[in-house]
Amino acid sequence: MNNNWSWETFMDALPFVLQGLWITVSLTITCYLFALLFGFVWTFLRRIPNRFFNWIVTWVMEFIRSTPPLVQLFFLFYAWPMIPGIGVTLSPFTSAVLGLGIHFSTYIGEIYRSGIDSIDKGQWEASKALNFSTVDKWRRIILPQAIPPTVPMLGNYFIIMFKEVPLASTIGVAGIMLMANSYGAQNWSYLEPLTIVGIIFLVLSYPSAVLIRKLEIKLNTRFDKNAAIK
Amino acid sequence: MNAIIEIFPQLARGLHVTITVLLASAILAYLMAFIAGLCRLSQNIFIRKFTGFYVEVFRGTSLIVQLFWLYYAIPMLFGIQLGSNWWTGVIAIGLNYGAYLSEVVRGSILSVAKGQSEAATALNMSRFQRMRLVIFPQAVRMMLPEFGNYTIQMLKGTSLVSLIGMTDILYYGDILRSSNLSQAPIVYLLVLVFYFILALPLIWLTRKGERISKKGVANG
Repeated sequence: MNNNWSWETFMDALPFVLQGLWITVSLTITCYLFALLFGFVWTFLRRIPNRFFNWIVTWVMEFIRSTPPLVQLFFLFYAWPMIPGIGVTLSPFTSAVLGLGIHFSTYIGEIYRSGIDSIDKGQWEASKALNFSTVDKWRRIILPQAIPPTVPMLGNYFIIMFKEVPLASTIGVAGIMLMANSYGAQNWSYLEPLTIVGIIFLVLSYPSAVLIRKLEIKLNTRFDKNAAIK
Repeated sequence: MNAIIEIFPQLARGLHVTITVLLASAILAYLMAFIAGLCRLSQNIFIRKFTGFYVEVFRGTSLIVQLFWLYYAIPMLFGIQLGSNWWTGVIAIGLNYGAYLSEVVRGSILSVAKGQSEAATALNMSRFQRMRLVIFPQAVRMMLPEFGNYTIQMLKGTSLVSLIGMTDILYYGDILRSSNLSQAPIVYLLVLVFYFILALPLIWLTRKGERISKKGVANG
């Protein structure tokens, strides 16, 4: 093992690690879209008016949320194909999308719920009084008001998701993390490639965090104004 | 059923590693949270910027990267052997969540109504007294639910130490899986159940924290 930091290794590792960037970014986006969609499933399931069913859904969500995503990935990748009857072999990428997607969908479902709960009772009553169908009520009245205030929170989860994606390197998704580790294994110098990974994360996540903070301020003023009119 | 009885004690061998890593990294994270949270409110611009740098670096990169980085970098850059991977895991998790929690500490202190510190000034309290007697006790209550949530996150984070060769619950799960592939579903399901059982008291404490933080506080 070389003892010190070497810029030569750094420059050598840089293009190698960057090869994984596209996979990391596309995995993040796919996972996130999956979580956004699946979040609606949870929100829908929790609205079914049956106390027992509701209790089960709540605890299933709690279970998914409070157990490690890493183990969930292993479960999908190694264990799922072994389950008789329903088991199918999943590619590393698909396992990661399902695993991380479902994990974060439980958080995103809660965000949707908080948005829907914040809608004034009068809005529900008005849509009933105006004889809106269920689909129209949700599409034209409830969701257009419920979703925009949750956008900054949803945006934060995009960044959180981005930072969880390197977990997928453990099941063989060739993102920047796996690239750095395999460079390390080939050349027996892990420090430089891992530093590159850290820098890439910092460079991509910090500006997005700043952007979301700005968005939040903008939205807050907008919705506060509405509140003042009310 | 037999399989469960066989696997359960195998996994339980990793329990003490998971729990000790969780406890130690939680203590480190809480400590870092208060130190960094208060430093970011310091009047000294150098201290403020320096802690800001720490917080942004650890929040901006992911835990698994930090863990591996520390694992390889500490012995290489500083020539120190920490003695065990246990410390590497604790330091990585502690510093990472300490950075997140410092934002909670900072936010809670800033959200204590301004009239409170003005009243304390009017009562001729020093800056330190103001913080210790008036602001801090009110802020701590607000922090409780988030501290609970992040402790659950830390529990989930401890599963990563198996990647640097620590013998935690997941490590034994992986060993069982590789010895008998068809067992994988039941093994990983049990690993998940183990983590969930460990999380239950934390979930309960978080809910209790939520109640305490709301009690006796006027809304709006």
